[in-house]
Amino acid sequence: SFSDDVSLLVVLIDTNPFFWSTSSSSLNFHQFVSHVLVFLDLIVRLSQLNQIVVIATGHNTCDYIYDSSLDTDQVTGEGELPALYSFVLQRLEEFVNKDEKLGAKQEGLSEKRASSLLSGSLSMALCYIQRVFRSGPLHPQPRILCLQGSPDGSEQYVSIMNAIFSAQRSMVPIDCCYVGSHNSAFLQQASYITGGVYVKPQHLEGLYQYLATVFAVDLHSRSFLQLPRPAGVDFRASCFCHKTTIDMGYVCSVCLSIFCKHHDKCSTCGSVFGKAQLDAASDRKRKASES
Amino acid sequence: MNNSEKKRMNGEAEEENEEDVEDEGRDAWERTYTDERSWEALEEDESGLLQPIDNKAIYHSQYRRRLQSLSATSAASRIQKGLIRFLCVVVDLSKAAGEMDFKPSRMAVIAKHVEAFIREFFDQNPLSQIGLVIIKDGVAQSLTELGGSPEAHIKALMVKLGCAGDSSLQNALELVHDTLHKIPSYGHREVLILYSALSTCDPGDIMETIQKCKKAKLRCSVIGLSAEMFVCKHLCQETGGSYMVALDEGHFKELLLEHAPPPPALAEFAIANLIKMGFPQRAAEGSIAICSCHREAKVGEGYICPRCKARVCELPTECRFCGLTLVSSPHLARSYHHLFPIEPFTEVSARQLELSRVASKTCFSCRESLLTPGAACTKCKQYFCLDCDIYIHESLHNCPGCESRRITPAAASATMS
Repeated sequence: SFSDDVSLLVVLIDTNPFFWSTSSSSLNFHQFVSHVLVFLDLIVRLSQLNQIVVIATGHNTCDYIYDSSLDTDQVTGEGELPALYSFVLQRLEEFVNKDEKLGAKQEGLSEKRASSLLSGSLSMALCYIQRVFRSGPLHPQPRILCLQGSPDGSEQYVSIMNAIFSAQRSMVPIDCCYVGSHNSAFLQQASYITGGVYVKPQHLEGLYQYLATVFAVDLHSRSFLQLPRPAGVDFRASCFCHKTTIDMGYVCSVCLSIFCKHHDKCSTCGSVFGKAQLDAASDRKRKASES
Repeated sequence: MNNSEKKRMNGEAEEENEEDVEDEGRDAWERTYTDERSWEALEEDESGLLQPIDNKAIYHSQYRRRLQSLSATSAASRIQKGLIRFLCVVVDLSKAAGEMDFKPSRMAVIAKHVEAFIREFFDQNPLSQIGLVIIKDGVAQSLTELGGSPEAHIKALMVKLGCAGDSSLQNALELVHDTLHKIPSYGHREVLILYSALSTCDPGDIMETIQKCKKAKLRCSVIGLSAEMFVCKHLCQETGGSYMVALDEGHFKELLLEHAPPPPALAEFAIANLIKMGFPQRAAEGSIAICSCHREAKVGEGYICPRCKARVCELPTECRFCGLTLVSSPHLARSYHHLFPIEPFTEVSARQLELSRVASKTCFSCRESLLTPGAACTKCKQYFCLDCDIYIHESLHNCPGCESRRITPAAASATMS
């Protein structure tokens, strides 16, 4: 039987090579992975019933790396490293190679602001959690932990917000430990809306300490801890025309698209402002037939 | 033939209370034989062994039919969705609402389901507003003002509302017309009337009022709890709303929740406008300011108007000093899935799955093995199990397969042309 302190932790690891190769921080990808592996081992040791699922967020694809409940992923055996580590490391390497191959045909990509496919791994994580909910009344308490460094991709705004609202409705907290340079507005909103915790560690050399003290504890016991509180969540929107962040803008009353300047026509839904849409539609028809 | 069947044939509208039935000597277990015929729910498999009905398969096929009909209508008429709605819910609390054909009484059932409806409505239409109106003793009163916060409305409903007197449809329409007259032109005006009575007691000509509502572009819908009435039908036909009569409590809940998602916005009803809105930042923890709504000093936990820097406590709201509509971007983002809906997945039979070149026959998103029919996305060609299909289309609104693909601008324009 499950007591209320059993966790199902779905970890989304950012493997985006464009971030890791250009990152000037004190942490490189291999060091990052070693901190994470020790943390995963900690979760497993805290309770026999805890479950872990690892999903990799790449630049061109996302995929499952490890699922502690699968028979095929049972790791045993002695060696220099604990079996869990070598298993996950090998899978991660396979994933990174696959991710790279899938991007071989692209040219002209600006390396500075290349984002990862966070919306993909979030969606997969939520579907997996729904499957756990369907499995019966006794299941561990699920939560999602994003270990993200890549900057936000503004093209993913709508998908990430959809995932966040779905997580909120299913009461699944989305935590984030952000290892990139500037805060991620998407993940700050995700943690705020779903009741998760967002942390941007100041000293990345001690990443494991942040993970162990903030994210290892199960949801029920969180109420007894003083967890980091956000310094101020960035709720500004990005305008649909330039993708820049704005704090004041114009919203189309029909489709709710956000623009930074006044326009005559909405580029998303085609509504002409100030005119009843039926008149606008018949104007368009008339113009089309005239030309 | 037992007593209750005789009564029904005689046309008596007797409610069957628990006490009445027991007096006739029929217990609950007997009623399941005569009314519910539970043996008809059993099925036999090939070897003659009993097997429970596979509810899952029925549920899935119902879901698929619903999805097909939805996508067919929206594609066919290129309907836009009106997303800023001003809805007045009119609850009929005349004597007829005290009837007990809905257990425990029509009034209690209505209150319970309207609460669920309000939550669902604000979940799906975060910028919209609801106002509650009740009809009692032939007079219509406003229970709550038009507002965007669900708690105020739900609190007003939970109070013990008695029911008495006649119902007056005309008075309700007049009140609602005056209330909705004042809203901005970009909003969609809607009225939802939950009507229990079988008559209406009006001070004037209701047909005139109906024409007035039609001219004011109010979309009136009615859900009846007793029987179909001509005046309600006429009202809904004239104003373009829907008229349904609930058969039982479950059906009533279904009909009510159908009004939660945005109705297809008939193009002539609203004028498209660009509304200036602000997206305030959340104030930092520990910052102290005097909030503009309560006129008190508050610590942290508020929002700052980007135009005049006044502090407000909650969103969405209008800044008291400069009048700017303040929303948080998540409020708007909640509605974006209506703008970018995902296509329904195609059904994949077990045979097709075998023939496909997919290595592991598992659902792409949840990695459960694909046993019986699955579904495939038309764009990314990944396979999903039926449960994920339902979850993706009803709650998540993202296809995990499409989201896990990087589409270059060149490839994107190629697919669009």
